[in-house]
Amino acid sequence: MATLTWKVGGAQGEGIDSTGDIFATALNRMGYYLFAYRHFMSLIKGGHTNYKVRVAESPVGYHGDDLDILVAFDQRTIDENAHELTEDGVLIYDSGKLKSPVIPDGLQVKLCPVPVTDMAKELGSPIMKNMVASGVSAAIVGLSADAFDSLIEERFGKKGESVVESNKAAVRAGFEFAMDRYGVLKKLPNPQPADDGGGHLFISGNEAVGLGALAAGCRFLAAYPITPATEIMYTALAHFPKYGGKVLQAEDEIAACIMAIGANYAGVRAMTSTSGPGLSLMQEAIGLAGISETPLVIVDVMRGGPGTGLPTKTEQSDLNELVYGSHGEIPRIVLTPSTVEECFYYTAEAFNLAEKYQCPVIVATDLYLGMSKQSVPVGAIDFEKVTIDRGELISDEELLALAPGEYRRYAVTESGISKRSIPGQKNGRFVAMSNEHDEGANEEIEDPETRVQQMAKRMRKLDAFDPSALGVEYDGPETTELTLVGFGSTRAQIGEAVKQLRENGAKVGHLQIKVVKPFPDALVKRYLSGAERIVVVENNATGQLAELIRARVGFHDKIHSCLKFSGDPFTVEEILAHCKLKQEVGL
Amino acid sequence: MATMKDFRTKNKPTWCPGCGDFTVLAALQKAVAELGLEPEQVALVSGIGCSGKISQYFNSYGFHSLHGRSLPTATGVKLANQDLTVIAAGGDGDGYGIGMGHFVHTVRRNIDITYIVMDNHIYGLTTGQTSPTSDRGFRSKTSPQGAAEEPVKAVETAIVNGASFVAQAFSGDVKQMTHIFKEAISHKGFALVNCFSPCVTFNKVNTYEWFKEQLVNVDELEDYQPEDVDHALRVLAETKGTVTGILYKQKRPVYHEVMSGASDVAAAKLDLRLPKEEQQALLQSFR
Repeated sequence: MATLTWKVGGAQGEGIDSTGDIFATALNRMGYYLFAYRHFMSLIKGGHTNYKVRVAESPVGYHGDDLDILVAFDQRTIDENAHELTEDGVLIYDSGKLKSPVIPDGLQVKLCPVPVTDMAKELGSPIMKNMVASGVSAAIVGLSADAFDSLIEERFGKKGESVVESNKAAVRAGFEFAMDRYGVLKKLPNPQPADDGGGHLFISGNEAVGLGALAAGCRFLAAYPITPATEIMYTALAHFPKYGGKVLQAEDEIAACIMAIGANYAGVRAMTSTSGPGLSLMQEAIGLAGISETPLVIVDVMRGGPGTGLPTKTEQSDLNELVYGSHGEIPRIVLTPSTVEECFYYTAEAFNLAEKYQCPVIVATDLYLGMSKQSVPVGAIDFEKVTIDRGELISDEELLALAPGEYRRYAVTESGISKRSIPGQKNGRFVAMSNEHDEGANEEIEDPETRVQQMAKRMRKLDAFDPSALGVEYDGPETTELTLVGFGSTRAQIGEAVKQLRENGAKVGHLQIKVVKPFPDALVKRYLSGAERIVVVENNATGQLAELIRARVGFHDKIHSCLKFSGDPFTVEEILAHCKLKQEVGL
Repeated sequence: MATMKDFRTKNKPTWCPGCGDFTVLAALQKAVAELGLEPEQVALVSGIGCSGKISQYFNSYGFHSLHGRSLPTATGVKLANQDLTVIAAGGDGDGYGIGMGHFVHTVRRNIDITYIVMDNHIYGLTTGQTSPTSDRGFRSKTSPQGAAEEPVKAVETAIVNGASFVAQAFSGDVKQMTHIFKEAISHKGFALVNCFSPCVTFNKVNTYEWFKEQLVNVDELEDYQPEDVDHALRVLAETKGTVTGILYKQKRPVYHEVMSGASDVAAAKLDLRLPKEEQQALLQSFR
């Protein structure tokens, strides 16, 4: 599959994101499939930021190992990114600002100086340099100059006709300048728009989480701003209120999580979203949801830790906390979707699971999956495919048939699940309890038998949870010389690595683990049994997933870890190299 | 119509004989009955400590939550279903120690709930340590040489942060307490009632007698204007906070009517499904 990669870089606050977003959105509308990855720093202005877009003919979940076109607004962009350029690559730079750019020794690329800022100034405003740069890029890759028109009309329509016209003029100026000087550069990869009618959504994992929640009937979100999870709150703010859904910015993550518990208790489907440090603050509340048997949905968009760690970088190092966190022992479910589509459906399903099992359900993604925007085919995100199952709610009739005070919220049942009443229901009174309690929700900490009954009841409620539909996805033959295992956002790179290995004749499998608690022991065992070697690929330093697999299913000798914890996502090349696959499977 | 008895449970309170919390419970039961509320319309959210046990003895929906977390729990309940009467209850350690951050922010938001704090100036259930409202110099197991800190000025904090209803009551005066609870519950917006509720076992300083000697009842003062913030703060300063009555009230927008997503229909009663044309329009916005 032909793919073209394009990156724009400059100082933070310089409009890099909007340049990237406009270029990518326009291409998405033309029918290309895209993956857009943002590299940014934890500061507002200055520093270095870039936005990379991979353009393809069919869906891609990864931004690509190399780079065909680099648009540099400053020297630092060249210094930090030019080495990624392929031999036939193109370096477009702002020749007004970088009169004599330092080009790294031996860089064999086509240089395209364009005075983007000066041209934008002449047309009315230097901020339009992103439009000039988009026009330049369009010319060089062979798109038409009017590719951006409809997008500009939508984005700037509210600001008036003159703003629309000057932005269109800026694109054309860039386009014409580049056509005059450089023309379409034929050596570049030339992916074609997909032949599927276009109309792809261009959406991030965080946005898909927000939509999944909305589709599931979530009507309350309380959260505290934290990179890289804040976009979930923005998505909720943009779309919940239209349907009466409430969004609250809490004073801290403790409050956010507890508010979501209170709201769930009162009968609304409610959630919170956060990242590592916030999740740590929520641990006490997660235990509360567990013992009080209150449904709760939390989305954890992982970033580099520990402490405040790497706020703007990706990592998968919260796994242990997700699986083991909070004091005491509670039933919980932890889902790890691996694509944008799964962000949508797994979040939606989280609400069903939370109500069905009356326990906390955590959806764990990471910065790379959460903040990267990608194209998904029409119909891949479908509200109609979301089912709503509110679990064992006791009806008004059932309650009225009981003698007053007879309803037992925490009745010991074989399934471990007891019928839940909602405040407002007559005769359904109970106190949701943080303290240990009896079946009738009365505090009971002195009777060991009651304690054991209640604890055992809670702990067996997930016995009925069948991870087969959600838990894992396996691609490969029954026996392999090597099986790569991953969870979450590493899926696409593992997939591409597996494909390359197969093309070289290796017998390789790919196991994607999508539920980590309760761990899908039997399924993992089944798919890994036939592997000679197992390499677990994860973005952390200690191999938490590998550890979990060893603890749950064994295979100690066969398991090797491929780890990365620099803050950047894996490249395909790294997976191949790190695992020393080249030598061992004949690449 | 429900009577006071309907708000009782079979659970026998485990509070010490003579504990101030008994009258807080009785006054609350009387207040909700006199207001004509039914048990299923009320949710009582409590924190942890002796005071937190109140949800076990009060027959309504309840949530015995975490230490210091009764206010965010109650906020979640109210915002999910604004048709419920939501009461939060806890102690001074619970609310003004670990829960102080939530307290100030709940005041700022003006969540339409009543917050009852049983203030005994000590930690009771953990057997007698200094609390956030203990006076400076107060001797306890954790302050053998006398507390080095100034006490938290809870009602003043509420007032200066924009509370819309602030009152103090005393467990030795059930009649006034019941009246204040009724006013607080009827008030539209956040209502704080700080109740001086003596701990007869561990606090040998701030006893019923001590409070009786100190307390001034502003409800009985002819010239007291609860709408006048300066007046309220002046009286609190002059008396070092040892006053009872409705100290301050003002009209302010109620959070659930102005927040993102405010709706006449309670969130818990909304349709979960989006109309099909809305789904399509929503997805189109991601192109």
